[in-house]
Amino acid sequence: MFIQKKGLAAAAMAVSIALPGVAQAETLTMGMASEPSSIDPHYHNLGPNNALRRHMFESLVDQDEKQNLGPALAESWKPTGETTWEFKLRKGVKFHDGSDFTAKDVIFSACRIPNVPNSPSNFVSFTKAIKNFEMPDAHTLIVHTENATPLLPTYFANWGILSAKASGVTGDIKYDKENCGLTTFPATADFNKGSAAIGTGPYTFGEFVKGDRLVLKRNDAYWGDKAQWDSVVMKPISNATARMAALLSGDVDFIDAPPTQDLEKLKSNAKFELSQGLSNRVIYLHMDQFGPSSNGVKGTGAPAAKYEGEGPCASKDCEKNPFLDKRVRQALSKAINREAIVAKIMGGVAVAAGELLPQGFFGTNPGMKPEAYDPEGAKKLLAEAGYPNGFELVLGTPNDRYINDAKVAQVIAQMFTRIGVKTSVNAMTKSVFFKTRNKYEFSIYLAGWGAGTGEMSNPLRALVGTRSKKTGLGGTNRGRYSNADLDKKILTALSTVDDAKREMILQEASRQAMDDYSILPLHYEVTTWAHRKGLSYNARADQYTLATGVTKAN
Amino acid sequence: MLAFTIRRLSQSVVVLFVMSIIVFAGVYAIGNPVDILINPEADIAEQEETIKRLGLDKPLWAQYGLFLSNALQGDLGNSFVHNIPALEIIFTRLPATLELAMVAVGLAIIFGVPLGMIAGLKDDSFIGRTIMTGSILGFSLPTFWVGLILIMFFSVSLGWLPASGRGDTVNVMGIEVSFLSWDGLSHLLLPAFNLALFKMSLVIRLARSGTKEVLLQDYIKFARAKGVSDTRIICVHVLKNILIPIVTVLGLELGSVIAFAVVTETVFAWPGIGKLLIDSISNLDRPVVVAYLLLTVTMFILINFIVDILYSVLDPRVRLGGSN
Repeated sequence: MFIQKKGLAAAAMAVSIALPGVAQAETLTMGMASEPSSIDPHYHNLGPNNALRRHMFESLVDQDEKQNLGPALAESWKPTGETTWEFKLRKGVKFHDGSDFTAKDVIFSACRIPNVPNSPSNFVSFTKAIKNFEMPDAHTLIVHTENATPLLPTYFANWGILSAKASGVTGDIKYDKENCGLTTFPATADFNKGSAAIGTGPYTFGEFVKGDRLVLKRNDAYWGDKAQWDSVVMKPISNATARMAALLSGDVDFIDAPPTQDLEKLKSNAKFELSQGLSNRVIYLHMDQFGPSSNGVKGTGAPAAKYEGEGPCASKDCEKNPFLDKRVRQALSKAINREAIVAKIMGGVAVAAGELLPQGFFGTNPGMKPEAYDPEGAKKLLAEAGYPNGFELVLGTPNDRYINDAKVAQVIAQMFTRIGVKTSVNAMTKSVFFKTRNKYEFSIYLAGWGAGTGEMSNPLRALVGTRSKKTGLGGTNRGRYSNADLDKKILTALSTVDDAKREMILQEASRQAMDDYSILPLHYEVTTWAHRKGLSYNARADQYTLATGVTKAN
Repeated sequence: MLAFTIRRLSQSVVVLFVMSIIVFAGVYAIGNPVDILINPEADIAEQEETIKRLGLDKPLWAQYGLFLSNALQGDLGNSFVHNIPALEIIFTRLPATLELAMVAVGLAIIFGVPLGMIAGLKDDSFIGRTIMTGSILGFSLPTFWVGLILIMFFSVSLGWLPASGRGDTVNVMGIEVSFLSWDGLSHLLLPAFNLALFKMSLVIRLARSGTKEVLLQDYIKFARAKGVSDTRIICVHVLKNILIPIVTVLGLELGSVIAFAVVTETVFAWPGIGKLLIDSISNLDRPVVVAYLLLTVTMFILINFIVDILYSVLDPRVRLGGSN
């Protein structure tokens, strides 16, 4: 014990020697599980980049920690017709280079979004609804959309605003979907160097050394509440054990995604604290509901018809697909003891799920309960469906993507085996898993979904809408569930501007998807952040780690 | 010498070509980078559009052909993840790894050779046996575990050294190095020691057996008879003669230290190319993986070449390009 105290003093000394001056100024050092691929806010539409974007480049609309919309660069907005919206912009906002923020910057940013070369995932999905902009004055923006787009404010919370002036645009901009007649846009590389990293956010760009550190400085000219830290250092430490060691040794003040098995130890350590919050990420099982036969199923007999379409069964003989029968899907759902998984495997950092989004989010059904554990009922349903002796399954799962993913899959396999569905687990690293899944090689798989918009249309659209390029539904529906009636409801909701009406349609659609056992929700992840005592983190449902959410506790 | 160089070079080109095919096909077989990189919320049309934008819709042979024609002009492609040239990413990360590897190999030589010679000279003594037992631990304990123990002990319990990262760097002729500032050095010590441990054990073993062998040689006996001092015998005659196997092994090991310091770099979050490789593989960032491995092969070829030349310097009996 004595040694430990002395050690800490030495550590404190080492830190103060190492960072002369900085130790007095308020620096927050964060150990991060993943690193953004670029500083460019329009380059890569993925978690780490979107989280970083919020420090430097604000959007018109803000999403708070519960994903509720609130004012940011826009003070207010309202629909003025089925396809027009009016945004009142905040006055007196300055970019990091001192120039004023006006509606022109918004139009310029929307023009740049489709013009980021080699973007691995761009932000066009948030701007493609825009037909045209009108700019009655410098701080009013009228947006015309192609179709009724109730989610427009949510979309506008997802892309950052660049300065048109700093990018060399002085004249008026005529919006179009291609490039607005502009020939040059700031290059991604210039953002990484910092020269183009000019936004309106509470932090400004400090330094970016890929793989080593990312430094942000406080923006003293910020229009809102000033940031609490003079500077923020984000260090990418992808290995969970190393991240934990960095926190324990005092190298960093704060880490995201601490390893679950160490949470108890951290809780009992007086020097550290945890911040936790329910996320919008649901872990689910999806079942192959496409053709008459399914890959990896055994003991169900010959299929009734020939398999036609994409998938491994097109070129080889597969056995009959049991999942086309709703009773089988229901039986599997009843076989899962969700409470036990939450308590024993997830160590309490999860909540059993009865829908695709946790209670309280827009479009969920109040009081919707997770499916009750009922192995006897499950056996009965299987017998009714014609499988009194069960059958054999392979459950696909990634082993490095979600919290305890492969462990959860193991337990579910045992639960299935208990009702007579002999299940083995095929766990693989995420890159191989996603490839295998997207080739439809799993008859049942475990995955997760975080609803970026924080409302029900998002998971319904992606996970249970019929896969179609035309409607835009079913992007991640790799079980290929298809229900025309449900599709209609989702599409209606996506074009209903009236909030109360849309909520009702979404609730109904969600109930329908659950009643049909189109997909089996397991649990919602609870996200954990660990930090030294004296700090607290405003836990976010979107699982983003933001320096703006880290505050001194007292 | 010239014939030797030319033959070596032409062999190298073939190796590089074969390597590029294997790596290209291998990464292609693992998965599709778009599955990892794209936002899952993208709909089917956006997914297809992204695949097209990154040129991944073309068949494998066409992608390889494009890569090859660009590579012949010195362009190994842009990283899918970062959208900057793969070589540029590797070269910005390389100094960190080179520094770590050099310090590690340096530590291995500085501690390994004397300890090995002591063990060889005092074979049956307590010291000799202790050194040898220690060296067994050195190469039988897994790097990953030793790294974590070092962190737990020196960083968490004692709080003497930082647990991760590179610390402050000093710019020397355009290259960032960390051994010139105390902060940088303190960050360097643990990972370098962790990486050195295995090599050190290897050097100890080689030095010991070499010493024992050389001590029995006629020229040592002759030197003794001539009245040459013990210090000179050990420091000149023995040392010089045990160096050949050590140089060979360390040469090869230096390559593997640079290329595969993956574990140490991961445990200590050291921003070198090993960590880059792991991140790139898990993101299926094919241009970076291919460029990295091609560079590695080139490096091994170079190191082997240098080792061959060093032989002839250390031992005049060795001649290069002897086969006619």
